[in-house]
Amino acid sequence: MKDDFPTPPVRDELKKRVVETPDGQTIEIDPLRDYYCQSAPTVMPAAYSKIVEGLFNWARAESLWILGFGTGCGAIEMRPLMTPRFDAYRYGIQWRPTPRQSNLFVISGYLSVKTLKRVIRSYEQMPNPKYVVGLGSCTINGGMYFDSYNTITRLDQYLPVDVYIAGCMPRPEALLAGFEELKRIIRAGKAEGANQYAEQFDWYKANQKRVIHDWDMPDYNW
Amino acid sequence: MSFEWIKIPYALLTLFIVANYGFLLTAVMAKIAARVGRRHGIPVWQNYVDLIKNYGLRSSITHGVMFYLGPVFRLTGGVGLLMFVPTIYGSEMFSNMSFAGDLILALYFVFFGSLGMALGAGESGHPHSAIGVTRGLSQVTAAELPFALAVYAVAVQYQTLSVTEIVAAQQGGILHWTLFTNPLAVAAAMLSFLGSMMRPPFDVVLAPQEIPIGPPTEYHSSYLALMQTNRAIFPIAKIVIYMNLFFGGAASWPVFFLKVFLIYLVSVIVGVVFPRFRVEQSIRWFLIWAVPLGVAAILLV
Repeated sequence: MKDDFPTPPVRDELKKRVVETPDGQTIEIDPLRDYYCQSAPTVMPAAYSKIVEGLFNWARAESLWILGFGTGCGAIEMRPLMTPRFDAYRYGIQWRPTPRQSNLFVISGYLSVKTLKRVIRSYEQMPNPKYVVGLGSCTINGGMYFDSYNTITRLDQYLPVDVYIAGCMPRPEALLAGFEELKRIIRAGKAEGANQYAEQFDWYKANQKRVIHDWDMPDYNW
Repeated sequence: MSFEWIKIPYALLTLFIVANYGFLLTAVMAKIAARVGRRHGIPVWQNYVDLIKNYGLRSSITHGVMFYLGPVFRLTGGVGLLMFVPTIYGSEMFSNMSFAGDLILALYFVFFGSLGMALGAGESGHPHSAIGVTRGLSQVTAAELPFALAVYAVAVQYQTLSVTEIVAAQQGGILHWTLFTNPLAVAAAMLSFLGSMMRPPFDVVLAPQEIPIGPPTEYHSSYLALMQTNRAIFPIAKIVIYMNLFFGGAASWPVFFLKVFLIYLVSVIVGVVFPRFRVEQSIRWFLIWAVPLGVAAILLV
């Protein structure tokens, strides 16, 4: 990877240290190696048979599990989707509280640099295939925060985005339409964002490190 | 004791029917709970789609051997429970591997899955898993107490430990059911049933919105699919025991489907009406309300 950005200082709790366990042993802990996975993402091939992959793609489209992580003000538009007025559960869209079980990340609105760091960690923990929906103008061109000092303006420079839903704020109907569009893309087998992320890993990491100045995690942590 | 090999395909057929019924039933129950909230909820086939999707995920990571074995133990608990109790009374095909002392084995299998899950979730290393497992084991232990008391009361009442003989003793009309011959034991067992169905007011183990879903936090892809399969089989297997012990068993599949649906509905109705207990509240609730009923049931038999 190109190293054109300064390496930030490592926080104290991430430094290598020797600790004594409660039962009297002395062990060495290297948090960055012991607490995280080090290997970079790989491109995961589709199922060998076209029919099986078609079935899987259909199932992935009809079972979108959204990570319950509201990154910005757009998260408020998710609540009407869960509740009787719009009830997205009818379309196979459910909310999961953990990145391990979700396959859709809705970036809801503006993304501050501080949140971007958490978003990247959550995104990398999601299993392949995973999809990203950018919600609102802020994810497209910065929206009303276009000249803010600590929000990113273009989401697709940091994560591979499958669908953008424009608006400020987009109505829940717009979200449902966006999800239907995402379903079409998945069924067509074109939603390969996770593999794209693995292929262009260096480019994405360079972009991420350019804005995140207190980078104190490994390059890939799943 | 001779073993007839034909029992194995018969038992697998039972498993197949029960698993599919379980998938549809849990979806229907989710729809009923959604209707209470004036939603329409998931489609009835959603569980199948989720299952295919989870098997179709490409990447899965492990945290160690027990992390693999956790869902396997969980599924073993559900399947084993189903295998060793007669599903349809009087049917050679669907009485599975039941034998003279199967009631004790069934009690063991009810607990087996939770223990396996505790080991697996513990190895995943996520703090929410550890919290969920701690809560789960303490609550399940408290809920198991009245159930065990009720089971002993029933065993003493019918002087047998065989589920088949208990069902046989209840035939001949609705008034022969344990529900009417020993109402205290049934009351204690049904209170315990609420505690083991993972629905409010006793869903502090999973506790969505608080410790995000608890023990399975780290589970994904095929592991999660195995656990989903168990979520379909285990409640039905448990209800089969309740049906056999307290509600006269079932002599045919339609009766089976109806009774299982109605018993399941009890926990759903209670669940949509009452808010969640904290774990110490629920343990106290079991000890104060359910255990005395169970003790009384044993004393009065």
